[in-house]
Amino acid sequence: MKPSIHIKHGRIIDPANGIDRVGCVYVVDGKIAALDQPPDGFSADEIIDAHDHIVCPGFIDLSTRLREPGQSRKATIASETQAAASAGITTMCVHPDTIPVIDTPAVAELIKDLAEKADYPQVYPIAALTQKLEGTELSSMLALKQAGCIAVGNANQPVKNLLVLRRAMEYAASHNLLVMFRPNDFWLGNNGCVHEGAISTRYGLPSIPEAAETIAVAQCLELVELTGCRVHFGQLSCKRSVIKIHQAKKYGLNITADVAIHQLHLTENDMAAFDSAYHVLPPLRTETDKNYLRQSLASGTLNSICSDHQPHDIDAKLGAFPETEPGMSSLETLLPLMLRLINQQTLSLSQGIAALSTHPAAILGLNSGALTVGFAADICVFDPNLSWQVNNTNWRSMGTNTPFWGLTFKGRVTHTLQAGKFIYRLS
Amino acid sequence: MTNNLQLNSEGKLKHFLTIDGLDKGLLTEILDTAESFVGMSDQQIKKVPLLRGKTIVNLFFENSTRTRTTFELAAKRLSADVISISIATSSTAKGESLLDTIRNLEAMFVDMFVVRHSISGAAHFIAQHTAPHISVINAGDGQHAHPTQAMLDLFTIRQYKKDFSKLRVAIIGDILHSRVARSEIQALNAVGVAEVRVIAPKTLLPAHVETLGVTVCHNLTEGLKDIDVIIMLRLQKERMASALLPSENEYFKCFGLTEDKLAIAKPDAIVMHPGPINRGVEIDSKVADGPQSVILRQVSNGIAIRMAIMAMAMQKQGASE
Repeated sequence: MKPSIHIKHGRIIDPANGIDRVGCVYVVDGKIAALDQPPDGFSADEIIDAHDHIVCPGFIDLSTRLREPGQSRKATIASETQAAASAGITTMCVHPDTIPVIDTPAVAELIKDLAEKADYPQVYPIAALTQKLEGTELSSMLALKQAGCIAVGNANQPVKNLLVLRRAMEYAASHNLLVMFRPNDFWLGNNGCVHEGAISTRYGLPSIPEAAETIAVAQCLELVELTGCRVHFGQLSCKRSVIKIHQAKKYGLNITADVAIHQLHLTENDMAAFDSAYHVLPPLRTETDKNYLRQSLASGTLNSICSDHQPHDIDAKLGAFPETEPGMSSLETLLPLMLRLINQQTLSLSQGIAALSTHPAAILGLNSGALTVGFAADICVFDPNLSWQVNNTNWRSMGTNTPFWGLTFKGRVTHTLQAGKFIYRLS
Repeated sequence: MTNNLQLNSEGKLKHFLTIDGLDKGLLTEILDTAESFVGMSDQQIKKVPLLRGKTIVNLFFENSTRTRTTFELAAKRLSADVISISIATSSTAKGESLLDTIRNLEAMFVDMFVVRHSISGAAHFIAQHTAPHISVINAGDGQHAHPTQAMLDLFTIRQYKKDFSKLRVAIIGDILHSRVARSEIQALNAVGVAEVRVIAPKTLLPAHVETLGVTVCHNLTEGLKDIDVIIMLRLQKERMASALLPSENEYFKCFGLTEDKLAIAKPDAIVMHPGPINRGVEIDSKVADGPQSVILRQVSNGIAIRMAIMAMAMQKQGASE
């Protein structure tokens, strides 16, 4: 029997149910039992005083890498799920580009087993769309779905052959599988490492034009129409991609899209002195792109925010910029960076929380991301005013590859509950 | 980005990585210092003891004859002990990281690294991670910068043209892949020339090239009007394979510098080329060896400029960090 918990006098924000008020949440047997008034016969095993705190659904992260199996020198499922718990995340999807790739049920099961053993957030593997992510043969999607994969995708590897992509989408649609698509045309991407613009020109760095993304978006949208497959576009980085998504949604295509949190805060101009901490894919783009991504989140064209967490060992980032590995360790800055958007009046608090919980739950088709009575008690309690510094004491991810290292942020998780169990408490 | 890294707390040169961020005063100081070394080459004893007892390592991860030789001669004329290492096969292929290579050489009590590397940002990376007393001179990194080439070109231009502010300079050819072009553009703009014009087909120009402070022209005949200084760039053979150009022949027809084309520029225009030259691809032999060519003067000047930069970087007292 899980403990009965009374979360007292917090500001409850539950966008799915249109709730934003001070009140109490009652958790019994791992489930949300009631809001405001205790259920019959309730007796609390634990009371959390959430005065001046925000109580909201646990966050659902659609794009993470935990590096296990295959790269446990960078990070482990245990280390990263613990970091996620401390960031208020209760559910996370992991991309299939592990070593070996998630293209067999055994790998999916291994990840689920390791996550279960770690006992932090719920981890859902995303199955490879094509075998070994090579873009030539279909993976055994049904078997992978049965092994617990929540969607299919090809991680950062573009499927070069559109006929293969078409068939993969048709096959995924046959099994009612969501395709997670990160648009990136292989040829136009041309092994670039920064946005094609003033910075790439000034520093002579191999560049990726916006068209590498927008063309892939346009092609995939056509295939959505052709195949009826449900597609989620991940980690969009430029304005013109989002315009295409907007038009397609208006036209009636069944698609959703997200943006990585750093794309809402950083641009190519932030990249200092060939600093490899800023090496991400898709690359940081322009101020115009950043502002448009922000607006599109507010307007709902972009459904959700992901961390796009990619922890690295130190060596992966030690080298001349183009030779370093892309990605940021970003679970733990997800909430404070989202709160910055609130402070900068880009989003309302309710919109920000919805982008981290309600909407990703809907994209995955999960009965979570809401404080609905009867749902599993996936809850995040945070103090929006508590300051903390990104340093060795506070950081939990094995990857310290963040450009925000040393910075002080406002907003810190104090409690995370996953199915009614404490997976994190701030000490 | 970048720029405080190469100056110490007193604003003196510590590393020489890029022209980007250096002001006219410092560039002029380099040119003036080089001036004092020019006469030396004609003397019986071609040496000054400025860097006696210092150890300089030329670390060439990419092949080079001219640049390496002039750096080596420059170091020797300053009385430094100099070693040149060619690591033509990449160190990563051997399993050793760039940083490990540097750390090993540091352990041999080196005072200065002269680095050439095929990856943009490699010289910055080394400067950021090397011991504080060591100076790093960038001898060309990827497509990013080749600042000593830009300085020797500036030096050569100054020998022929007295007033930078009236000059119109054309840079012709593969700007996209050229670290020389990037550094030249920055240097010419820093000293305040009237115009830097880049002339190339769109496939050989980087995106938003105008943000570098240049005017853009796709036609050589139009582009050469009123030009005082012509800088030709080498065309690498592999550009044809990557669909950037149809053929050497067509390139020469459109962008090759011939006597006829040269006549469009000002009559006293000088012709420069960082070398190595592809005769009949970007430049006709008659022009390369003609009276307006100063290509070999550039090479000789390379020694004086590199002496100046090495001497200035080693003068610094106290590291910037």
